[in-house]
Amino acid sequence: MEHLIELRDVYKIYQMGDEAVHALDGISLTVDPGEFVAIVGQSGSGKSTAMNIIGCLDVPTSGTYHLAGVDVSTMDDDQQAEIRNKMLGFIFQQYNLIPKLNVLENVELPLLYGGVSASERHRRAMEALERVGLADKCKNLPSQLSGGQQQRVSIARALAGKPSVILADEPTGALDSRTGREVLGFLQKLNAEGDTVVLITHDNSIAVKARRIVRLQDGRIIYDGDAHDPRAVVQPEDEAAAGEAREVLNV
Amino acid sequence: MNVGQSFRLAIKSLLTSKARALLTMLGIIIGVAAVIVIVSLGTGMQTYMNSQFEQVGVNLIQVMVYEQPGNRNADADDFYELAEKYPQYIDSVTPALTISGIVRHGADEYERTSVTGVSETVYNPETSQTVNGEQLEDGRFLSYVDVERNQHVCVVGSYLNEAMFGGRGVGQSLTIGGVPFTVIGTMRETADSTEGSGDDFIYVPYGLAPQLNGAAGGSGMNGYLVASTSEDTSSAAKGVIESMLFRIYEDSSWYQVITMAEMMSMMDSMLGVLMTILIVIAAISLVVGGIGIMNIMLVSVTERTREIGIRKSLGAKGRDIRGQFIIEAGTTSAIGGVIGILLGILLANVFTAVVGMVMPTAEGFAAIPSAGGILVSFGVSVGIGVLFGYLPANKAAKLNPIDALRYD
Repeated sequence: MEHLIELRDVYKIYQMGDEAVHALDGISLTVDPGEFVAIVGQSGSGKSTAMNIIGCLDVPTSGTYHLAGVDVSTMDDDQQAEIRNKMLGFIFQQYNLIPKLNVLENVELPLLYGGVSASERHRRAMEALERVGLADKCKNLPSQLSGGQQQRVSIARALAGKPSVILADEPTGALDSRTGREVLGFLQKLNAEGDTVVLITHDNSIAVKARRIVRLQDGRIIYDGDAHDPRAVVQPEDEAAAGEAREVLNV
Repeated sequence: MNVGQSFRLAIKSLLTSKARALLTMLGIIIGVAAVIVIVSLGTGMQTYMNSQFEQVGVNLIQVMVYEQPGNRNADADDFYELAEKYPQYIDSVTPALTISGIVRHGADEYERTSVTGVSETVYNPETSQTVNGEQLEDGRFLSYVDVERNQHVCVVGSYLNEAMFGGRGVGQSLTIGGVPFTVIGTMRETADSTEGSGDDFIYVPYGLAPQLNGAAGGSGMNGYLVASTSEDTSSAAKGVIESMLFRIYEDSSWYQVITMAEMMSMMDSMLGVLMTILIVIAAISLVVGGIGIMNIMLVSVTERTREIGIRKSLGAKGRDIRGQFIIEAGTTSAIGGVIGILLGILLANVFTAVVGMVMPTAEGFAAIPSAGGILVSFGVSVGIGVLFGYLPANKAAKLNPIDALRYD
């Protein structure tokens, strides 16, 4: 079976003055359709860079990235925009709704750029809003909604384009723990319904909601496997943390 | 492309900061209003001038002859003979001969007064004014008998009437080159009644010109106003006048023959040059307005960096973003253009009213904005917005989505 996401030996090197910083230092990773993967790591681990590359917002310095069998690592800006539009749905920490547009217009945006007709746009946007339970708020401005509701709007926006992959970048970072759990529950539900979800977070307790964890450190993958393995959530040399992790996981 | 949404967004962002929008549009508003007012005034002036010409007579031909010292000169009799010879072309002749005799009243000398020898035809009793537009105030104008018999009578302008006679000129006398004249009429003020102005003149019967000039020993420039039988025969009449003058002078630099039609087109082209210069100056304001729009668009791009990042992450291509900002700039300048057009129409009407009030003689003058001018200024203002919006829009289109998303 063809992998949905396939990173092979990906490097991302930034030139900071005289020094070359390896944000990604030879990463190989595959994600299959229907998976729920959490990419975890502390700040500076390269997870944001990984997310940018998986999200077609950036291209690797070397190595290849195939998305649904298409090599997207050498595409120009407009081709990448098209891939983002058709295949990826983004959920951001800051929701990133456009404040001047109402909820419905925000959800319609990716369809607008995808060239979908007005009536079809409206139908699909309403469908996505119904899926997140906010169809009745479609004429509201984002500022009139709570944080949790705004994040659900951004999930609807990600869903409206019927993407192959949903990329969630710290989706609970700006929410209190209860609404955060709600949003995570949502992502799990989407995954259960067949959507592929890639979650990027620094928080182990969120990462364990996924089914698979990919742990990054210093631009390298140090763990890739079942989310319920204690090794998934700890630094290999940190035995104290391993004890905590067992408690969190109840194993 | 999402033209509809970009347009609505542009209107929305203009409405959310009205003061800023107004200041941004000010240059365009002033520029467009100025262009509309200038074009309206120019067209109004042209229409007015043409109607004035028509009132005086489109069949008139103005002839200027410079006196050639020591040789034979063309005189009024030559013109009257020509009129008799070509009655199919020439209807009438009105001489206007320059007289150089010094004007005196008592001990006072009036050196700058222009003395002109004319016939009674220079005054049209139907319109109650001379071909120069002067109207009678008191007394009467020169009559056929005065001219025929070379009577020593004269008509004076308002300056002399005031300065010499304190406003009661009719019946008084003055001397020109030592020859006494009786004032039979005074004319109404046309300029400002000062020395050397358009009100400082004397009309005498033209037949006295050789005598008066002989006494002063002067030479000068003589004018003849020839009316052709119709507008169509005016060029034929011009031809016979020119050939007559060439026979006498054998050199075309001693005289000048201009038909009213030629004069009209000369005035029109002069007005055209003047208007072009004014429009160019007004256009500078449009350019300044365009720079204002560019400036505010650059600010707007910076302010909305995050929005640009979001749109890009959702699949907006460079041209989508560029289009959005260009439409916004175009909308801003178009609204400015519409306000400018309305202001221009208002000002043109105000000017018409003011001119009507200040100059009652300029009756029939109206500054009317033309539909073509309005359309062109609207088009130009939109064009300027698009032109000056391109640079900021391009900057927005080239933003890196990662940096744009992280921007606060």
